[in-house]
Parts: sequence; C-alpha cells; structure tokens
Amino acid sequence: MKMKRNTILTIIALLVIIVLLFLAEKSLNPYYKRILNLCAIYSIFSVTFNLIFGYTGQFSLGHAGFAAIGAYIAALLTLSPAQKAVNFFLKPIISPLANVEFPFLFALIVGGLLTAVLSMLIAWPALRLRGDYLAIATLGFSEIIRSLMVNMQSLTNGALGLKGIPGYTNLFWSWGCLAVCIFIIKRLVDSSYGRAISAVRDDEVAAEALGVNLFKHKMMAFGVSSFFVGVAGGLMANLISTIDPKVFLFTLTYQIVGVTVMGGMGSLTGSVISASLYTIFLEALRPLESQFTIGSLTVPGIPGMRMVIFSVLLLMVILFSRKGLMGNTEFSWDGLFRLFNRLRSKKGEGSTGGDES
Amino acid sequence: MTFDSFLQNLANGISLGSLYALIAIGYTMVYGILRLINFAHGDLVMLGSYFAFYGVSMFFLPWWAAFIFAIAVTAGVGVVMEKVAYRPLREFPRINLFTAAVAVSFLLENLAIVIFGGRPKAFSRPPFLDKMLNIGSITFVSYTPIIIGVSLVLFVGLILIINHTKAGTAMRALSKDIETTGLMGVNTNKIIMFAFLLGSCLAAVGGILWAIKFPQINPLMGVMPGLKAFVAAVLGGIGNVGGAMIGGLLLGIVEIMLVAFFPSLSGYRDAFSFSILILLLLFRPTGIMGEVQPEKV
Amino acid sequence: MLLKRILNVGFALIMISAVLLGCTPEAEEPGEIEEIEEVVIGVYEPMTGAQAAGGVQTMQGVDLAYAQKDEVLGVPIRMVLVDNRGDKAESATAMTRLIEQENAIAVVGSYGSSNSMAGGEVSEAAGVPVMGCSPTNPLVTEGKEYYFRACFIDPFQGRVMAKYATEHDIEKVAIIQNISQDYSVGLAAFFKQSWVELTGSEEGIVSETSYQDGDQDFTAQLSDIGDAQAIFAPGYYGDAALLMKQAREMGFTGLFMGTDAWEAPELVDIGGDSAEGAVFSSHYSAEAATTPASAPFVEAFRAEYGEAPSAMAALGYDAYMLVIDAIERAGSFDREAIRDAMAATENFEGVTGYITINEIGDAVKDAVVLEVQNGEFKYLSTVSP
Repeated sequence: MKMKRNTILTIIALLVIIVLLFLAEKSLNPYYKRILNLCAIYSIFSVTFNLIFGYTGQFSLGHAGFAAIGAYIAALLTLSPAQKAVNFFLKPIISPLANVEFPFLFALIVGGLLTAVLSMLIAWPALRLRGDYLAIATLGFSEIIRSLMVNMQSLTNGALGLKGIPGYTNLFWSWGCLAVCIFIIKRLVDSSYGRAISAVRDDEVAAEALGVNLFKHKMMAFGVSSFFVGVAGGLMANLISTIDPKVFLFTLTYQIVGVTVMGGMGSLTGSVISASLYTIFLEALRPLESQFTIGSLTVPGIPGMRMVIFSVLLLMVILFSRKGLMGNTEFSWDGLFRLFNRLRSKKGEGSTGGDES
Repeated sequence: MTFDSFLQNLANGISLGSLYALIAIGYTMVYGILRLINFAHGDLVMLGSYFAFYGVSMFFLPWWAAFIFAIAVTAGVGVVMEKVAYRPLREFPRINLFTAAVAVSFLLENLAIVIFGGRPKAFSRPPFLDKMLNIGSITFVSYTPIIIGVSLVLFVGLILIINHTKAGTAMRALSKDIETTGLMGVNTNKIIMFAFLLGSCLAAVGGILWAIKFPQINPLMGVMPGLKAFVAAVLGGIGNVGGAMIGGLLLGIVEIMLVAFFPSLSGYRDAFSFSILILLLLFRPTGIMGEVQPEKV
Repeated sequence: MLLKRILNVGFALIMISAVLLGCTPEAEEPGEIEEIEEVVIGVYEPMTGAQAAGGVQTMQGVDLAYAQKDEVLGVPIRMVLVDNRGDKAESATAMTRLIEQENAIAVVGSYGSSNSMAGGEVSEAAGVPVMGCSPTNPLVTEGKEYYFRACFIDPFQGRVMAKYATEHDIEKVAIIQNISQDYSVGLAAFFKQSWVELTGSEEGIVSETSYQDGDQDFTAQLSDIGDAQAIFAPGYYGDAALLMKQAREMGFTGLFMGTDAWEAPELVDIGGDSAEGAVFSSHYSAEAATTPASAPFVEAFRAEYGEAPSAMAALGYDAYMLVIDAIERAGSFDREAIRDAMAATENFEGVTGYITINEIGDAVKDAVVLEVQNGEFKYLSTVSP
C-alpha cells in the first residue's frame, strides 16, 4: 500500500519536474536560467564529492583538476574548426584536433570517460595513501594538471584560454546530467557494492578482513565520481562559453568541500540543496555591494561584503550543525509524511492539549 | 652554469626556503596536535605583514615596535580563531574541522579585501635591511642573512620550548593522545591555545620577513606561500618540527634551482615541485623525517 | 524504492525552481523613449580579487564621467556596477545580470581580457553592445559583433616596445613572462615577433623565462639573463616592481621595459629607486594632452581625487563617453541602433586621443611611451599605428 503510494507520488513528482524544467527553459529569464544551470553543475560536483568522501571515506581534493580535464576535452571537441583557428593565434593547435567538431553528448561522454581514466591512473598509486596524505596527493595532482594546462599551449591554448565554445548547456542538459548522476550514484550506494564501500569507510581493516576487496571498491567509486566531475566540467565550459586554467584553481575544490559539508556528508539530497542554496545565495547577496538606503540612511556599497557574509554563514553552519543541513538522511516520502504528521500533532498540542497517536 | 652562479642561486634558495620553513612550522605544529590542515595559516602570514605595515604607517611606531605590535595582534587573531572556530569542533568529524579552516581562510581574505582594500601596498624596509653586500662574487641584500638568522634562532628556540619546558612536554603528549593527556591532568585547551599562539607568532614573523624580502603586500599574498609551506611541511613529514624546517629549505632551493638550471622549462616549475611531493609520498608516505619522530608536537 | 529515493531529491529542486519562478519580474520592453523614466548603463569590473586594483582605477574614470553626464536624450541614466571578481564564471553571470535583471541598454567593461571574453559571449548572444575600456587581448573583439573597445591591442603594444628597444641601441634583451596571465603571454609573443621582424633574427633575445601568478621571487629567472641590456617583463605592476627591485639587487644595470599594466602609482611605491628609468607603453599621458577634451578632464579628475588620472581611469572615462556618444548619434535606446552607431564611431574626441573604431571593433589610436623619472611617469614619445 505504502509502496504503491510512494511510487505514484514519485511518478507525479517526476512529471512535475519535467514540466517545470520545460516551462523554465521556455519562459524563464536567462539570468535565472544561468543560476539554475550553475545550481545543477555545482550539485554534480558536490554529489560526486559526497560519493568519494561521504560514502567511501577517501579524502580526495582533486575535483578542480578533474573538472578541468572534462571541461577542456568537451570544449576542444565542441569548438568549431573556425573558432579553433581564431583561438589558437599564438601557437597552432595540434593537427588532429584542429579540424574536428562533435555533438555535445559525444563530447560530454568522451570528456567524462577520459577524466575517469586519467583519475584512475592517478588513483592507482595514490589510493595506497590514507587520510590526509591522499588529500595532499590529489591536491598536488590537481595543481599539476593546471600547471600542464598553462604550459601546453598547442593543446590548451595556455593562459589565453578557449573562447567561442558553443554554449550547448541548457536546463535539460544540466539537470538531466544531475538526475543521471544521482540515479547511478544512488544505485551504486544501495547495491551490495555500496554497502561494501560504506564498510570501507567505517572500518578499513575490518572490511578487508571480511573479504571486501578494498582497492577495487575505492577505484570504482573514484572512477564513477570522476566521470561525472568531468561531465560537469564539460557542462560548465559550455555554459560559460569560455574557460582558462584559472577557472580551476584549488579554491574551487575548497568551495565544493564546503558546500558538501554544509549539505551533510552522506546525503545526496543535502548536497543538491546546499549547492543550490550556495549558488542562489551568492547572487542574492549582490545588492549588498551596491549602494542602498534604509530609511534616511544611505549605506555605500562595499565590494567584497558578499564573500565576507558567505564565509561567516559557512562557518556558522559548520559550528552549529554538526552534520550539516541534512545529516546523512535522504529525502523520502515517508519522511515527509512523518514530518507533516509531527507538525500537525504539534499544532494540535496547542489547541486540544495533546494527541498521542 | 658556473660555480659562482650556483652559489648565488643557492643563497637565494636558502633565503626563500627559510621563509617557507618558518611558515611550515606553524602548519606542522597544529597538525601534530589536532590533525588539522589549517589552511588559514597562510592568511595569518598576510595579516602579520599588514599589521606591521599599519603599525608603521598609521600609528607611526618605530619599525621594531611595529613588528612586536604585528606579532602580538596576529597571535591574538590566531588564538581567537582557535577558540571560536576550531575548539567547538574538536569532537566533530575531522572534515568539519577542515571545512572550518577553509571558511576561516575565506573570511580572513575577504575581510582583508574589504578593510585593507584590494590594491597592493608598498612595504618599506628598515634602512639597515636595504644595504647591498658582497661576499666574493655573490651579491645579496642585508636582509638575506637576517632572514636566515632569525629563522634559525626561532627554530632553535622552538625546539628548546618543545623539549625542555612543561608546556612543550604537554604538547608532545597531546600529539600522541589528546584524551589520555587530558585525563592525566593537563589542561588540554590551554596547551592547544599555546600551540596556536606559537604558530601564529611564527606566521607573523614569517609575514614580516616575507614583506621585507618582497616589499609588496596584498590581501591574497598568503595563499601561495601558505600552499608552498604546506607542501614543505608534508615533504619534511607533517607533525614534525625539524622536518618542516628541512622541507622548507629543500623546497626553496629546489624551486630556485629548477628555474636556474632549466630556464626554458621555468613554466613547469610548480608541476615539478608537486611531482616531487607526490613521488616522495608514494615511496615514503610519512615524509623525510617521518619515522624518526623526535619532536613530534 | 530506488526510483523513489532519487525523486526525493527532485522534490527539493521543484521547491527551488518554484521560488525562482515566483520571483521572475515582469519583462519590460526597452525601446519606447517617451515611456522610459530612466535608462540603465551597466558596468562590470573586478572590484575584488586579484585584479581589484585595475577595476578600482577604471571606476574612478567611469564614476567621473557618470557624474558629468548622467542623462542622455533627455532621459536620466542609472549606472549599475556589478563586481566580476576577476573570475570567468562570475563575469558571465555579471553580464547576464546586467542585461536581464537591470535591462542595461549598453555595458562598459572590463579590466582584464579574460573577464571581457567571458562577458562577451553573453552580450553577443543577447545582442547588447559593450564598450571595453582596457582589455587589450586581440581575442576580445575578434568575431564579436557587439564588442568594441576604447584601447589599442597587444600586437601593437608589443611592436611599440620592440621598436623602442631597437631604436635605443639595445641588441640583447631578456623576456620574463607571467605564464598564467593571457595578457603577459600574448605580449611576450608579440614583442618577440616584432623583434624578429625588426632585427631579422631571434639572436638578440638571450633569455625567455616564465613565472606564475602569486610568485614573488624572480631571482632564478633573473640569474638566466646573462649579458642582456634590457629586460622586457609584460606583467602586472606589482610583479614588475618586485622584479625590478630584485634585478637591481642582483647587480643588473640595464633597462626595464614594460607595457600598460605597469601604469599604477604602486610601481614606483614598491619599486622605489629600482624603478627609476623604466620605460613602458601606455594609452595616455596627462602631459601629452592630445585632444581639447584632455585638459579639462585632468583638471576635473584632480579636483575629485587629488591625483593625476591613470591610463585605466582615462580609458574608463572614454569608454563611458563613447557609449553616450553612440546613444546620442543613434537617437534611440534600441540596442541594435546603438551597436551600429558604436561601430561607426569616427574621430571621437576622447581624453586619451581621437578614437576611430575599425571594422573589427578596436580603437585605432596612438600609444605613448612613458619613463619613470623621480618617481613620476614622464612622457617620452608618441607612436602611431
């Protein structure tokens, strides 16, 4: 009975989302569309970080570098030959890449796959390290990738960056990729594989003693996560239409970690909510930086206030909620109804003096 | 490359390296006790140089008073940071502590932008640090021996504190096991605060010396030295004070030598430094001094 | 079960999009002059982050221009400044915000070519004319119908400095570039190109080295310059000042050459005596007033800020005035008409010189060569394209 109810609700919700996305894509002002797109992209970053750290317990700080790989591959594959000629005016691009142009889907998948392969090559030796040493090694790899991108001018155009990327990303692509990403990660986490992965997180030694192949599971989680980081990088390149190595500084990784912790380690729902709030908040705080008037008092705009307030908020969330916004719980219909009932009974308490059902 | 220019580059490398070392020691002390990568440490370096700058330009203090003022205020910021942002999180999962450090770092940088302004400022050296010296064929400015000397003195002083004072013994005990040490009657909070105080003082000294060597200060100046010093701390074996010193010197010399010996590859310098770090981690995960653990704070 | 859990997440998204949908303002139609109470001119500049200095300087000029000219075609102007933090993604969002939220009919900005390139992709798609103040990278206007600029471009600047070097009997030069800045990498390449054209070979370039963003120690790069008579270091002023100081400390006695990003008082504050005698190309000098508009501008600027205007400020002023000029000539607030008028700009009397926009969208104008003398930027010569 309950199962059936939940399935129906789920299908309705799905339809509503699709309709909403359709409406949004058609009629929403491009500014809001851009923010919604960014929400989805940051959500993918955050959800994938959650898979590696929240579920698997591997502290990897390589997100920015992996996103850079995906972004550059997707950009180079979708750029038209004419735009490439314009871009690479200092040093010509290496020949096989100069004359190719591929559809977006192909570029995203190739970008994701190559990111996964490269990240697994990195993970293969690095995953032998534990805890903070893994974090340091992956942070180092991320900076190495960026340094190579700055220097390999005939492949990446160096610091000049790439421009004129077609800009295929729209709400269907970004939220669609997020949906696929969540679907696959959730499936992975709920499978026997996923339980093994969580066992690795909770106690590596015990898990190994029980016959869990640690290495295989870590690699798997790493590969899946990196694939989607690469895809998100590709989405980002095609959203901004121009990228350069500075976009993928290690501070991007820090932001992703912050967002994920705010949402709650081990909660995909939390990651999505937190990433969306983060993106929307930064934009919503913009008026703080321009002059505004309260009554007769005119407050001059202070550039930078936005980031100050954001850092304080981040600190507050971490200080006052140990487990982030969602802890490690996911949204569920049952949970929603429970919450609903609880609220109703609380209201009842006020008027009728308590209801113990 | 001639022998002379090798010596010249070595001198430059040592002077850069001792700055990395000073900053790295702060990282390593905090990590040793709390297992926290305190990414805000680099921003304390920035604050140290700004406070010294304002001490001279705004309060018209003589340079030595300005430096003491800067060290004191920076140490204050470090202690407040520990008390407000890190202490409440000590029982939490470590990722929270790490994120708190990231948040504090963002906050300090952005506050600096809002308060000090985004434009770089010129830091004026005390005149006696601005003299050209020659030893044989090597040219350097008088701040170079001062930087190296100050680093050495502080390093020796720190080793003495750690090994020969009560607080130092307590710090070493904490780095082994916080809980047990607390049960044995050590005031954990006080000792951790003391470690932050020491680390922040060193960061402030590092910041002042950094600004003397590179007399341009800006709100983001701590980011790269912070990251490099962190690499140095890991190279030396994080948690180990002597290792941080060695790691810092090594990184400084390697960075300078790489560029000096292979000028055409100078753009790849950071890729090289990080590759060395990763290779070292793979073959010796605990860093150069990791196993010996004499002064594990 | 599985499907259910996934969709759980979706629910949160509905809430968020619903909130966003709810706050979409009614679309306003720009165009009808008689109905309009105000027009919006957008500005996006890096007011925070690593490039804040450039953005702040530019805004001094833009603010002054706005104070002098706050209405056009009889309608008051509202100027909206959005900070792009010197970041690509933020620049694109900033431009979108100006166009969609603020309904800007034209935009001014941005310092930093990479910011302008990100903004340019958005303005191009939306069909909004933009007047760049100081982005000098050729890619900014290349292939863009709606992006123009009030300044010259890097290949010209590289040629100016290469020419200066060869004319002053410099036979051996070292290039030190910031490899993480597009600006620096481009200028180093253009300088080299012109050098080869002028001298016939690469032989005179005795050393080419790189550093990265955030670097402050250039001693290793400087140990490679050998017997060079000059160092060409096209980076931002903060780096350049440190580099000059360290070069002098290492015993280098030759000439320092740079480009327009050197023009900031901090070059002298930080560089001190080491900066004396350094030469660099720039857009403008208050000493060599080229048009009748220059002198009053310098006077007004001094009255407002108590200092001589920098090139960035002068270009910010010109960019804003160029937008006003285009709107006046277009005689309407139609973005398309303003674009056409901007493209047709000819001999506009700017404070930085007479400005004519060429078919690519770049200003064709002279460059000046400045020298540091007693801590001031002194005018040396003017070089025509």
